[in-house]
Amino acid sequence: MTSTITLPNPPPSLKAESKKLDFYYGDFKALKGVSMPVYEHKVTALIGPSGCGKSTYLRCFNRMHDLYPGHRYDGSIHLHPDEVDVLHSSVDPIEVRMRVSMVFQKPNPFPKSIFENVAYGLRVRGERSRTFLEDKIEAALKGAALWDEVKDRLDEVAVNLSGGQQQRLCIARSLATDPEILLFDEPTSALDPIATGSIEELIGEIKSKVTVLIVTHNMQQAARVSDYTAYMYLGELIEFGDTKDIFMKPRRKETEDYITGRFG
Amino acid sequence: MAVTSTTSTLAVTSPSITGAAKLAEYARSKARRRRTERVIESVLLLAACVSVFTTIGIVYILVRESASFFAHVPLWTFLTDTQWTPLFDDAHFGILVLLAGTVSSSAVALSIAIPLGTIIAIYLSEFAGHKTREIMKPLLEMLSGVPTIIYGYFALLFVTPMLQKLYPELPGFNVLSAGIVMGVMIIPYVSSLSEDAMRAVPMSLREGSYAMGATRFQTAVKVVVPAALSGIAAAYILGISRAVGETMILAVAAGMQPNLTLNPLEPAATITSYIVQVALGDLPHGSIGYQTIFAAGLTLMLLTLFFNLIGYWMRRKYREAY
Amino acid sequence: MDRKSELRAIIRAHKRWDALFGMFGLLAMMVGVLTLAALFANMAIDGIPRLTGDFFTSFPSRRAGQAGILSAWIGSVLVMFVTAIVAVPLGIAGAIYLEEYARKNWFTDVIEINITNLAGVPSIVYGLLALGLFVYTFGFGQSILSAGLTLALLILPIVIVTTREALRSIPQHIREGAYACGASQWQVVKHHLLPYGLPGILTGVIIGLARAIGETAPIITIGALTFIAFLPPVPFTGEPPAGMLDWVFSPFTVMPIQIFNWTSRPDPAFHQNAAAASFVLVFMTLGMNGLAIWLRYRLRKNIKW
Repeated sequence: MTSTITLPNPPPSLKAESKKLDFYYGDFKALKGVSMPVYEHKVTALIGPSGCGKSTYLRCFNRMHDLYPGHRYDGSIHLHPDEVDVLHSSVDPIEVRMRVSMVFQKPNPFPKSIFENVAYGLRVRGERSRTFLEDKIEAALKGAALWDEVKDRLDEVAVNLSGGQQQRLCIARSLATDPEILLFDEPTSALDPIATGSIEELIGEIKSKVTVLIVTHNMQQAARVSDYTAYMYLGELIEFGDTKDIFMKPRRKETEDYITGRFG
Repeated sequence: MAVTSTTSTLAVTSPSITGAAKLAEYARSKARRRRTERVIESVLLLAACVSVFTTIGIVYILVRESASFFAHVPLWTFLTDTQWTPLFDDAHFGILVLLAGTVSSSAVALSIAIPLGTIIAIYLSEFAGHKTREIMKPLLEMLSGVPTIIYGYFALLFVTPMLQKLYPELPGFNVLSAGIVMGVMIIPYVSSLSEDAMRAVPMSLREGSYAMGATRFQTAVKVVVPAALSGIAAAYILGISRAVGETMILAVAAGMQPNLTLNPLEPAATITSYIVQVALGDLPHGSIGYQTIFAAGLTLMLLTLFFNLIGYWMRRKYREAY
Repeated sequence: MDRKSELRAIIRAHKRWDALFGMFGLLAMMVGVLTLAALFANMAIDGIPRLTGDFFTSFPSRRAGQAGILSAWIGSVLVMFVTAIVAVPLGIAGAIYLEEYARKNWFTDVIEINITNLAGVPSIVYGLLALGLFVYTFGFGQSILSAGLTLALLILPIVIVTTREALRSIPQHIREGAYACGASQWQVVKHHLLPYGLPGILTGVIIGLARAIGETAPIITIGALTFIAFLPPVPFTGEPPAGMLDWVFSPFTVMPIQIFNWTSRPDPAFHQNAAAASFVLVFMTLGMNGLAIWLRYRLRKNIKW
């Protein structure tokens, strides 16, 4: 089955692009020939019913699958403008993760202090200078709209923060290292509506600095937050286009069925 | 367009100042990092292999010394001679004598540990409340945490005099006291593993039984125990293995006199207490006496291995049940 | 009507069995508890009067009243020191390899089977291994070094198993978070897994050492002498570099062996010494076990996922 892709005209600059991406968990083919653009400084949302492969697709971007044996990539994901194929075996996954960062579904701050949490990515890159770290951490926490709430207790343990604060902390942790792409894997499904709102607002603000790829099972969220939307089903990309078009006048019947709630 | 990465191109696009410089530096040190990670992994692997080396070491040393032993003493004699007097001029090397001690002491111990251990396991798993379990489990664990030399002291200087009040002809060194104390020490091994096996039986099976009007005792005996049987058997095997390998309680309280008898009311030597007796003496390295302890040790190893294998096989069987 | 009362009689009979078994269960547990109580009472009654300061600072002697455990408890401490230095790094490193690095193949299976098997080998066999290998083949002699190495091998499975469990209890999403930040495998282990797993690891180490301190059979087999009226050279003194480690090759004795020696003598005065020393040893063992459990409880409370 072919995907229906409506490219914007004129197209904004391309940050990343997957080309005929297949993915196997052992013998099971979880992704089938997904080819999709990711535009720079825009928010692209991946939607679809459970098991459609959206999280699997997202995790290819930062080689998370490499942590678990029995997986296989086929096809490519290119980062622009240097054209690196993220999935190629000669590319070090650690270097990929230094350019492409991730925020997870369940907030996962480390059981360390707030300061050390945000500093972790920088420390892994060898930064030692205390003043440098402090500046970067302040900038990251401000970027995650958390600075005012924690600036007086940076040495406190991060797990004492509320769920929404923890998730913003994880976002700050990623922002501190200036990633090129920030992946969000259902970032608000474990949060209450108010926290969800603040995260969505944050995503709107940070897109000027990073490119955002977000998986969400909440269609309204996709409609609120994203510029472009991709609808996936059973491992295939069914339709891609401007978010307004996808939600107002989808071109494929499958997309329309999902959006109107006829199934999924 | 499809160009695969090399170290230099990876650094080009990052927007921030630190980003580009850092990534370039990181890429340059990639080879060094890969090597470090590989070295670390090898060191960790070596540490994990120490257990394999230990087994190899044990097998090697036992076989090597026993080989010299069996060059002098035919295997058949070893297995069938009815005397064990390796240090006499008229030396005899019948392992049956030591095995008799091992068997009689283990039998006494297990006749206490298995029934009591099973009853306790059933009680804690099916009858006892949460509080009782919380208190009793650590208490029973303490039984297995007391150093065995102290149990030996207890058997010799407390249990034997007590038994002698009941049966005045009991010799000061006897297998019975040692066996009884050993049995109590082994109770937690049996009860803990059996209880785990029983707790693993799903609640739905029990509910089916209670719904039919059965009491706790009936449910325990007719439903839970049969379902947990291979786990319970594995626990018994563990107890047997522990009894066969016990040394100090027997060395202190059963006397170290080789005695071909299964009567626990007499003193006897086991394979383990014999080794201690020799080690306490002064045997020149390489003499036949010295080698006997390795032959005895090899026999012990084979016995324990046999039981461990059965236990391992049974544990695998019980894990497959759910 | 008849059927109903028949059933009630049957139910009553079954309930009687239930109650009877409940009683048996309690009795069975009491056997264990009473044995422990008798053991402690016996040691306390016979031993405590003997626990003077002199007892801890005197050497063993042919006169029971003057004999003490000085060489024994110092020997125990030194041997434990060697055991810990060897077993802790080896055990933790091995556990990290098996939990985080090992792939599922036959080689890993072989390692794991070995560890399970070694946990069930009688301690005296370790003594034979030490005698043949450490004392003679390697030439370490009947020394603290041989004893420490033997006990280290003995408790290695305990340290490995508890460390693995500690690592396993760290949730996967913490690892993923660290990897997503660009950490390498060793960085994840060093920065996250070891610090967060420390309570569990520490517990395992202490439990292992508590077991080692009470072991007699392997140490006797190595040939620890049972009457030692001198101390090993003080560690790390003496001319460096060789002099610093003189103590490691020195003959020695440990607490369980001293107890064994005193218990084996016919003179009841020595039995009293044995009771006193047993009291000290049990105190040390149970104290360490208790410490391990308390530590695990305390440190675990501070780590929340």
